[in-house]
Amino acid sequence: MTKTRFSIWRGDSHGGGRQDYETEVTEGMVVLDAVHQIQAESANDLAVRWNCKAGKCGSCSAEINGRSRLMCMTRLSDLPLEQGVTIDPMQTFPVLRDLVTDVKWNYATKQRIQKFTPRTPDAEDGTWRIATVDTERVQEFRKCIECYLCQDVCHVLREHHLHDEFIGPRFMVYAAALEMQPLDTGSRVKALKEDFGIGYCNITKCCTDVCPEGIKITDNAIIPLKERVADEYYDPIKRLWRKLTKT
Amino acid sequence: MADLETHDYDVLIVGAGGAGLSAAIKASGAGVRVGVICKSLLGKAHTVMAEGGVAAAMANVDERDSWKVHFADTMRGGQYLNHPRMAELHAKEAPDRVRELESWGALFDRTKDGKILQRNFGGHRYPRLAHVGDRTGLEMIRTLQDHGIHQGINFHMECTVFRLIKAGDRVAGAFCYEREKGRFKVFRAGAVVLATGGFGRAFKVTSNSWEYTGDGHTLAYDAGAELVDMEFIQFHPTGMVWPPSVRGILVTEGVRGEGGILKNSDGKRFMFDDIPENYRGQTADSENEGWRYTQGDRNARRPPELLTRDHVARCIMRQIKEGKGSPHGGVYLDIAWIKEHLPNAREHIKKKLPSMYHQFKELAGIDITVEPMEVGPTTHYAMGGIHVDGDTQMSNVPGLFAAGECAAGLHGANRLGGNSLSDLLVFGSRAGEYAAAFAREQSPAAIAQQELDRLAEEALAPLERFDSAPKDADGPYQIQYALQEKMQSHVGIVRLEHEMAEALETLEALKAKAAAVAAYGNREYNPGWHTALDLHNLLTVAEAATRAGIERKESRGAHFREDYPEKSEAFAKVNIVISKGADGAMNLRQVPVKPLTGEQQAIIKENA
Repeated sequence: MTKTRFSIWRGDSHGGGRQDYETEVTEGMVVLDAVHQIQAESANDLAVRWNCKAGKCGSCSAEINGRSRLMCMTRLSDLPLEQGVTIDPMQTFPVLRDLVTDVKWNYATKQRIQKFTPRTPDAEDGTWRIATVDTERVQEFRKCIECYLCQDVCHVLREHHLHDEFIGPRFMVYAAALEMQPLDTGSRVKALKEDFGIGYCNITKCCTDVCPEGIKITDNAIIPLKERVADEYYDPIKRLWRKLTKT
Repeated sequence: MADLETHDYDVLIVGAGGAGLSAAIKASGAGVRVGVICKSLLGKAHTVMAEGGVAAAMANVDERDSWKVHFADTMRGGQYLNHPRMAELHAKEAPDRVRELESWGALFDRTKDGKILQRNFGGHRYPRLAHVGDRTGLEMIRTLQDHGIHQGINFHMECTVFRLIKAGDRVAGAFCYEREKGRFKVFRAGAVVLATGGFGRAFKVTSNSWEYTGDGHTLAYDAGAELVDMEFIQFHPTGMVWPPSVRGILVTEGVRGEGGILKNSDGKRFMFDDIPENYRGQTADSENEGWRYTQGDRNARRPPELLTRDHVARCIMRQIKEGKGSPHGGVYLDIAWIKEHLPNAREHIKKKLPSMYHQFKELAGIDITVEPMEVGPTTHYAMGGIHVDGDTQMSNVPGLFAAGECAAGLHGANRLGGNSLSDLLVFGSRAGEYAAAFAREQSPAAIAQQELDRLAEEALAPLERFDSAPKDADGPYQIQYALQEKMQSHVGIVRLEHEMAEALETLEALKAKAAAVAAYGNREYNPGWHTALDLHNLLTVAEAATRAGIERKESRGAHFREDYPEKSEAFAKVNIVISKGADGAMNLRQVPVKPLTGEQQAIIKENA
């Protein structure tokens, strides 16, 4: 069995750089296995965030050979090992230590979005009736595991650092899930335009490309939301109506 | 100490999975100040991994279902060691808790008339599991999280409780460290709810993540609370076995619920060969009847693949031991075969079991709509845990509550699939409600600075020791691996007295090593240090499980003794309760099981 070289970013908020480690690669291993092996063998204090190791919790996001991916779902057999493997923390968020980044901004951002507000129950026993076809669209968005890889690759956040003005693809998906929830009566359209910066997205689909759940973020979430905003604010008849009624 | 941050709450909740979040929402709804400590980030707790569904007798699919049948099913599955009051409350309240989730935004799969759809699962007589494909846990935790963040609850993420703090008899708070900078935090509270999950990390092959080191069990035990039923550890029959790095990852029982069958290397469907007497009347006679059951035929009985998990796991082990296993040491789980019955089988499987399809495709390169999966038992769930009052979820330590997997009682000797998500909701809510009421009566307790200094010193010891520790001493990871190896081989699915006794000797030796373990590096996000601190918890629960396993000289539910392969009448009447003696030794005693009420007896008889 040959050893493979892993160049892993080590450091903290003050700076750092890649350090090389060698470890043995065996059949079926994923990147996270290699990181754990290195941690146990030669770098006990190597900081890495993980939980389920099955692509369900979205904790182990990182940049592997420059691509934003989950470490637990990236098989080493799919990488060109002879060139070595580089592992860096997500670049869009401040690094805490090694591969761990500070993602608290995402939690604060979610809190700004109007919460689920159901209509009154349909049945006397306090329950609702929902057709399967009405659940399907939203269920795609509800698959999101909050790995924030989409936030990591979104150039509005990554290059332009507009974290204060743009909520990012993850929360566009979240807003879409609420807007299209068959029971929800709230409206986030105004906020999407004025506070959440939906106009910043120029639909390059980088987010869709990296989504480990295969959510069609741009096509199914962001574009329909943009359409709602356009309908509401740029439809000439509605504009006239608003002017007349001063709403 | 300069860096000691202090927080005051009425109710402090330790753990942010389904139970912890349910407790937090109910407690904050009662108008008290609530803080939640999460070992990881919010929304990442193990609830997220639950796949199949949440059991609640809503009778949306089969109107014959009721809380009474659910109660009887739960008691039978637990071999009557369950706390009957908990089993009754659970069956009665689960439907309301599921509907509550819907009112908070959860979007379950639907029946044709628009109600919440329910699916079949092992040990449940009627289709009972509300679900969202095979990602029910994600739906549940996200719903609780997204609702919870608007309830005025404070979340402390990536923070771990090191020890509970008491004031006299009652619990008064917790001493914690946060991962980011390794700083210590003190939380003062009128009541503490432990909702820390299980201890699958005490075993080598497990579906549990790094977090599940028996923290709540150990915090409670060290604070004077009793543990019960610690010998009962559920080995889920179907975990992945290949590739090696994914060994143990869960394959949902939903695969069998949707018609998946188990086969050995001869291609034989072996589950029909061994059907326990107490389930014979409820089990299909033929493969055809079993198939019809999975497709909703109300007159058909369930296929033997949907017998209780303890039984299915042992049947799989037997096939493997007899040399009829699959190439990588499992057996075959086949869902692709349903194409014999369904023309659109491929799409059907992808719709019903999307994350299983994804998991096998990505991690094993297997298309489950075409090929069978290789599966084997994996450590999944601790039935045992903190001994609590059935109504309030309070332990014998005043102000210390527990809910979810780290509490015990509901499941007895074996948990039915789907009963854990409902357990989290029902008893998480109850714990939150009663903890809030308890906390309101308390006045803040003084915590001695001396005590805090001592705890800080103890927590820092592994880092302080590093420079003077012998270079060839085992590090934290090596000690953890040794514990996992021993528990897996000696206190696993099939148990023997002398092997468990040997395991105890190993645990003693590992305790000595853990007491001297050194961790490299500084306090900032240092997993080596955290692993060192978790060792005490793992060693405590491993010892409790092993001692209880030795004490119970019979086979029942998840506890199988090769040297006592039959059930014993004497042990049918007792739970094993564990507490910490004044001298620090682990004490065991047999306590009579909680008696059934007359009504409960009648319900069990009616639903035999």
